[in-house]
Amino acid sequence: MSAPNTSAFCLRLLRRQLVLAVRRPIEIGNPLLFFAMVVALFPLGLGPAPDKLANFAPGILWIIALLSNLLTSDAVFRSDFEDGSLEHLLLSPQPLYLSVLSYIAAHWLITGLLLALVSPMFALMLNLPSQGIIALAVSLLLGTAILSLIGGIGAALTVGLKRGGMLISLLILPLYMPVLIFGSAAVQAAVGGNPAGPYLAILGAMLSLAIALAPFAVAAGLRISVDA
Amino acid sequence: MRILAGLSRYGFEGKVERNAPLLYLGHQPGVKALLTPRENLAWHVAGEASYSDEEIEMALASVGLYGYEDVPSHALSAGQHRRVNLARMYLSQSALWLLDEPFTAIDKTGVSELEALLEGHVERGGAVILSSHQTLAVRREVIALSLIKGMLL
Repeated sequence: MSAPNTSAFCLRLLRRQLVLAVRRPIEIGNPLLFFAMVVALFPLGLGPAPDKLANFAPGILWIIALLSNLLTSDAVFRSDFEDGSLEHLLLSPQPLYLSVLSYIAAHWLITGLLLALVSPMFALMLNLPSQGIIALAVSLLLGTAILSLIGGIGAALTVGLKRGGMLISLLILPLYMPVLIFGSAAVQAAVGGNPAGPYLAILGAMLSLAIALAPFAVAAGLRISVDA
Repeated sequence: MRILAGLSRYGFEGKVERNAPLLYLGHQPGVKALLTPRENLAWHVAGEASYSDEEIEMALASVGLYGYEDVPSHALSAGQHRRVNLARMYLSQSALWLLDEPFTAIDKTGVSELEALLEGHVERGGAVILSSHQTLAVRREVIALSLIKGMLL
């Protein structure tokens, strides 16, 4: 028997979350299915003219990514709160900041990362010009990580409420806005033949800030939720 | 119990000071239905120390879950979930045990085994604070507090 080190603990937490997700594949599939369904709705609502769709595609894709993240954020801590696992975590001698970061990393791996990887396919469905596709995938890769971190704050604060779904939207949608602005701007820039780099750099800066600060807010939120 | 553990301050204005490392077993067993007892227990104790597979198996065998280590927990009963949780006591190095109704959903033999375990812990110099609906059959002196009458028994 030896004292556990923190990185091993965090890896273990990450692995636990991924094992749980893999054993309930529907939770991985749902956001992707949601994405596909909503993408398919837009040509029906806006009309199937390819050039019109191409115009709106960056904004549409980003908004759907945002909503699909919002749908899954609610569940990050819920089952662990309900079955008491969260109490164990709060009492564990490991730093809560890093545990929280592992939770969110797991959430991002099974939602944001997959979404960013399959996004080129959805981009083609909306006729997004090919020069915008890489910018879309990279901006989603960075952006969904920020969304997961912000969503974690909302999830931590509302986890104790029976119907937190609506409240979490009100809490975190305003915080999602800057991500949406710079994310879709990056894609639009790339589509227009301009460098997307500056926008992606801003997303990167926002991600660094979120990694540094959001886990503190999440940890505080969890303590409040468990206390109540 | 939650206040003593430092999880809650609900309606409490005093201060809890505690120097010893703590083992807290709450009302909810914290057992994930999708994980096996082995995975659940390994995760529960992961924050405190690294245990080998054999140590985890031994602890599960001690609470009567021998042969159930790798069965998905959703196939187990409420009492077995509780016992996965109680297995932590066999591994714990903490001096202070805070147990919130540990005998819930545990049969008579299980209860007397637990009582023996608690006695052993106290004999080794540990302390146990527990809440229970039944009287404790131990040879040691127990300080009992009735939460209904609000006085020492």
